[in-house]
Amino acid sequence: MLAFLGRSLIQKIITLFFVSVISFLIIYLAPGEPSQIDPMNPKFTQEVLERFRKEFHLDKPLHVQYFYFYRDLISGKSVSWKDNRPVLGKIYERFLNSLPLFILGTLITWTLSFPVGIHAAIRRGSFYDRSTTFLAYLLISIPGFFFAYMLIIFVVTQFHVPVIGMETFGISSAGWSWLMDRVWHLLLPSILFGAGGIAVLSRYVRNQMLEVEGQDYVRTAKAKGLPADKVHYKHALRNALLPFVTMFGLILPGLLGGSVIIEYIFSWPGMGRMAYEAILARDYPVILTVNFISAILVLVGTFISDLLYMVVDPRIRL
Amino acid sequence: MMGVNEKRGSAFPEGGVLETPKKTLFQENWGLFRKNRLAMAGLMIFVAFFIIALTGRILTYGRDPYFNPALVRLQEKLRPPLSKPNMETLKPEEVPRLGIYLFGTDDLGRDVFSRMFQGSWVSLTVGFVAVSIAVVIGVFLGGIGGYYGSSQISLGYLLASVLLGGGIIGILLGGTAVGVLMVLLGAAVAAVLIRMGNSKGKRPIPMGFSVLFFNLFSVDVLITGLIDIMLCFPSFFLILTVVALLPASIYNIMIVIGLTSWMGAARFVRAEFLSLREQDFITAATALGVSNWRIIFRHMVPNAMSPVLVSATIGIATAILTEAGLSFLGFGVPPPDATWGNILSSGKDFLFDAPWLTFVPGFAVLIVVLAFNLFGEGLREVLNPKLRER
Amino acid sequence: MLSVHDLKVFFHSDNIVSRAVDGISYEVREGETVCLVGESGCGKTVSALAILGLVPQPPGKIRGGKILFKGKNLLDLDEKILQEIRGRAISMIFQEPMTSLNPVFTIGDQVEEAIITHEAVKKDEAHRRTIELLTDVGIASPEERMKDYPHNLSGGQRQRVMIAMALACKPDLVIADEPTTALDVTIQDQILHLFRELKEKRHMALLYITHNLGVVAEIADRMYVMYAGIIAEVGNVEQIFRDPSHPYTMGLLDSLPSRARKGKPLYSIPGAVPDPAYKPQGCPFNPRCPYVQESCRGEFPEMCDFEDHHFARCPITYKQRKGS
Repeated sequence: MLAFLGRSLIQKIITLFFVSVISFLIIYLAPGEPSQIDPMNPKFTQEVLERFRKEFHLDKPLHVQYFYFYRDLISGKSVSWKDNRPVLGKIYERFLNSLPLFILGTLITWTLSFPVGIHAAIRRGSFYDRSTTFLAYLLISIPGFFFAYMLIIFVVTQFHVPVIGMETFGISSAGWSWLMDRVWHLLLPSILFGAGGIAVLSRYVRNQMLEVEGQDYVRTAKAKGLPADKVHYKHALRNALLPFVTMFGLILPGLLGGSVIIEYIFSWPGMGRMAYEAILARDYPVILTVNFISAILVLVGTFISDLLYMVVDPRIRL
Repeated sequence: MMGVNEKRGSAFPEGGVLETPKKTLFQENWGLFRKNRLAMAGLMIFVAFFIIALTGRILTYGRDPYFNPALVRLQEKLRPPLSKPNMETLKPEEVPRLGIYLFGTDDLGRDVFSRMFQGSWVSLTVGFVAVSIAVVIGVFLGGIGGYYGSSQISLGYLLASVLLGGGIIGILLGGTAVGVLMVLLGAAVAAVLIRMGNSKGKRPIPMGFSVLFFNLFSVDVLITGLIDIMLCFPSFFLILTVVALLPASIYNIMIVIGLTSWMGAARFVRAEFLSLREQDFITAATALGVSNWRIIFRHMVPNAMSPVLVSATIGIATAILTEAGLSFLGFGVPPPDATWGNILSSGKDFLFDAPWLTFVPGFAVLIVVLAFNLFGEGLREVLNPKLRER
Repeated sequence: MLSVHDLKVFFHSDNIVSRAVDGISYEVREGETVCLVGESGCGKTVSALAILGLVPQPPGKIRGGKILFKGKNLLDLDEKILQEIRGRAISMIFQEPMTSLNPVFTIGDQVEEAIITHEAVKKDEAHRRTIELLTDVGIASPEERMKDYPHNLSGGQRQRVMIAMALACKPDLVIADEPTTALDVTIQDQILHLFRELKEKRHMALLYITHNLGVVAEIADRMYVMYAGIIAEVGNVEQIFRDPSHPYTMGLLDSLPSRARKGKPLYSIPGAVPDPAYKPQGCPFNPRCPYVQESCRGEFPEMCDFEDHHFARCPITYKQRKGS
């Protein structure tokens, strides 16, 4: 078992290396100069430009730049080209902002999807099943920003409360009302964050459950005289849940993923929005660092999934 | 015992059993599909959308199209849907074709209906082209990984490929001298490999050259490694990055979406090929001497296509959503061409004053994407016997 | 003890009605071993599933008949009461040992569960009884094996575990649906031996479903021959092997390779089993029957009384034997 994990780890490190190279190449092969080095801008004299280039090693060949860049990244010294602040510091700050959004959204998704999906599978073809199916498709198909705006319009016109940003401007930063205000502002974006996930996950849960319900051992359980809930929730569910335990590890990358648009709409100062701003400004250190971190999240996530799968499925005891 | 054997000699009708009426596989699947009303609705909307997009393209193309999506009428800006044009301020050729602004106008007075009409073609093509690219890459890579999976790649192969490939890229990027050198080196290594490979059994390989034949890793490891690497990139973020860095154009968007979404198809095809490879009918075909290519294309690919088909339809839906998202953030197809995404984007500044700029394209995207998703799910239920009712 | 009367089970899909079980009647008395014989697709499994209410009801539908168990009609009973009967009064062993056990629970757990579900015993009592059962069915070192998962066991061993589960609550009737079809011939032999032993020790009734006439000869007291959803012939094993009276049964026995016909080509009944949705008019065997006459295609034949307790559904052979 350790041998397998060890090999998996090495594989992941190699993958990470290739990802770092490819992302580096993508950015650097793109046409155009990074933000501050704008030859057209009169403020930058030739000297300033040259000095800038030297400082960021832009005059050296690609592989040297690669080396410098990642050295700085790992040691935490790389700075944003936009505002000269350390990249890791910026990311950390925004990360703290994105975190509650992510946690609440993921919680919403996972706690609602399972009951809905399982119930739909057990009562296949019923009104409940068909209506939840349709709702799920609706949620998957709606463009995120459209849904967001509809919700915003609805909430603002019905409840007359502000929803943009993390907190209402000018509110005092202590006490109960502050907390409520924060929670309220968190609610809408989290719901949006979780909504799409519920649609996808509950469908998946339903399909898994259906597949398992058709298996022979479920029939055996019934033939033994077990009552219906034991058959469904003990025998079928335990098997149906296996793939989801592994999906659990894959939530991790979602931290970066789906939030760009939501954070943009709600002006939420999180990682997604920072990534967007960095792209606009061609702030290469930030972009590459975010990419790198995302890759790490994916690899760690899959590693955790592998581990969990080994723990949970007795057939895979290596 | 009764002499049944004796009866055998008598004129006995050949079998004479009632035969089940035969249905082709397609007919059977179509029949099942038809029963799923939601999926049928999806299919019909898809066909309608296709027709609309095609007519839209024809009617809004060129400098003086029938429906003009680019005509600016500042005096008519932000008019609600179904409003009549103000005839006094308009020149005769500026009057909208239908006599009213069916979907209203935007902040530059452009007719939203015409723009939606034009945008439908963009959405359609982005979806189809992007997914086609993804499917071609995915099926190709997945197929190779699944079929040739256990073949090993030797050091020599790797060296030759890297040299040749790198050399070509080098030449394209401008470093001609280095590039040509690499290509020559790569060709040399390849020649050595082929020569020595042919005579492998017959003559011993000279010292030093045998390292070229050292097996590094299998094709399967290469392919899955490639898939894993691509999966590490957060997809929307990557697309956004590339699209932002490249000059804005519809082709770039299509290609980028295609290049970043082939992994699903590849995984499906690889998995199917791996299991198909073990099946008896493939062994039979090989034993009969059927060539590799024929086995792959004639026997294995048709069997592996169903999950790919399902993921392709859903992929079109996702591609349309992605394009809308990109346009919304400002990175989509450049103006003045209309896409549903950029109509939505221009609408966000007028969310409360002109909500139709948000609702019309939003609903349109919703309906089309929903149709594709329903169609895809219907396909999935039909093609996957495990999900059918027994 | 168990008697099935005129049971009909149909399957509906796409406007096509598949008459899997088309009016069959059979019975199993206390302590006897009855074999239900027939080829794949003749409806024998479906009729067994119907006894325990295990026929999936959306595509399937029970269209008539009665299943009397100790006087009560199982088809009328509430689900809750059926649950008490399943596994306790009547238990079933399925065909595929590879997939019939839940892969994520140990076999010990699964057998214990069979006991605990129906009897109010404590964990250690159930544990003890499980070990006993596993020993009875021939599993070596049951104490350790109990902690194994199904995938750690061979096919034959899994089937033994299934048998142990079926016997856990000392049922009156055990239904075995082709339990050895998926196993090697040598294992098959061992399992049959096991069944014979258990039958003697426990005096339970056994309804054994199979398509293998050799097995029937080994263990059955009486047998029913099924074809296309109907009973073609019924009688003692000796009677039928000695004097097969339905043309189908004759064909089946003729198809057995035997030394007496050494050197001659093997016989097989021409044609194929009809699709349950498209059965011929009249006697379902008529397209393949060497004795077929016009009347066979017209009306559905009744059971004819050939000997004491030996019936066959063919008036033609009946006339041939009794007539002249």
